[in-house]
Amino acid sequence: MRILIPVDEQVKDTDVCMSFGRAPYYLIYNTEDSTYEFIKNIAAASPGGAGIQAAQIVVDSKAQVLLTPRCGKNAADIILGADMKVYKTLNPSVQYNIKAFLDGQLNPLTEIHPGYHNHGGN
Amino acid sequence: MKIAVLSGKGGTGKTLVSVNLASVAEKANYMDCDVEEPNGHLFFKPMIEHVESVKVKIPNINNEKCTGCRKCVDFCRFNALAYVNHSIKVFEDVCHSCGGCMLVCPENAITEREKPIGTIERGTSEKVQVHTGILNMGEASGVPIVKQLIKNETRDDQLVIIDAPPGSACIVMESIKDADYCVLVAEPTIFGTQNLSMVHELVELFEIPFGVVLNKCLDEDNPAESYCNDHRINIIGKIKYNQNLAVLNSRGEIVSRIDPQYQTIFKLILEHIVEEVGYATTSRT
Repeated sequence: MRILIPVDEQVKDTDVCMSFGRAPYYLIYNTEDSTYEFIKNIAAASPGGAGIQAAQIVVDSKAQVLLTPRCGKNAADIILGADMKVYKTLNPSVQYNIKAFLDGQLNPLTEIHPGYHNHGGN
Repeated sequence: MKIAVLSGKGGTGKTLVSVNLASVAEKANYMDCDVEEPNGHLFFKPMIEHVESVKVKIPNINNEKCTGCRKCVDFCRFNALAYVNHSIKVFEDVCHSCGGCMLVCPENAITEREKPIGTIERGTSEKVQVHTGILNMGEASGVPIVKQLIKNETRDDQLVIIDAPPGSACIVMESIKDADYCVLVAEPTIFGTQNLSMVHELVELFEIPFGVVLNKCLDEDNPAESYCNDHRINIIGKIKYNQNLAVLNSRGEIVSRIDPQYQTIFKLILEHIVEEVGYATTSRT
């Protein structure tokens, strides 16, 4: 199983990023061989629709599970549409959350926020 | 001649100034471009003669023709398209109706459909033609409404007063881009001065002649006035803070129609602008 988490840096003890769409990197933990993989999130610099582009990257990564502190509506439409499961992280620690998920301690993310659109004013 | 009235923040007196400038003219068109909360009609109470719908074009995907090449997804710089579960998903609120996806699709799988986002009401109040843009609730952008509002009234021989939305974002740029003159309305506060500096930067960028109307002036230091002096900005009018004015305004009265003192103030502002634009036109040719 491939578990994807938005993260701040390209190292395995990095923190969970507070933003899904504008996280600089995504970490993928593969439970089969306990390996870590990083994807650069090119949507982070997008002037608009970052959540949509980021969700596209995430579903293309073939991960089955997303662990994130929050997720906007547009991104959730894509991720849930691709049959990925989304769980809410409990704290900033990547390792803690992976372990908690594997132990069945994480809850599905139910609060989907409407997004932080139009801050640039379009 | 098109005169746009703008300010960095709401509540400075854009509508007060634009409604009254239109009212003191021989004949004028008043365009309410503040489509999220148009309020000029509350003053003019026009007889509505014409209502039109404003529609934008949204891509319509034929999933039977789509081969999943993703050229449209990669092309869309607004990220309005995604490819999930072997089909293209369209995010209507993010789409800017550019039509690019339709052009790049090698399979001709994309057509366009129209989606209504708002209306324009046109009517008359004495010598003023009142045009009101209204964005439907929940829609993301009123820019297409402003485009249609201004496009249909571009005769140069008519005076057009554009009541712009607050701020300095895309919709304000759309409202002022063809203006011959911009009136910046400012309040005598530090916050108001900061917002004045934002619209000042915008009109400088657009290279449109402009002047400032200082509203709600008190008998004390006015930071907005100091800003104008520091930046050598022309102050074309001053309106004193006056409780009676506030009362009349809140009742939806057009002060220049009922109080000769205000009629004079706004006539002088309009005359100044007409003279300055006339001068600018002559000096350009």
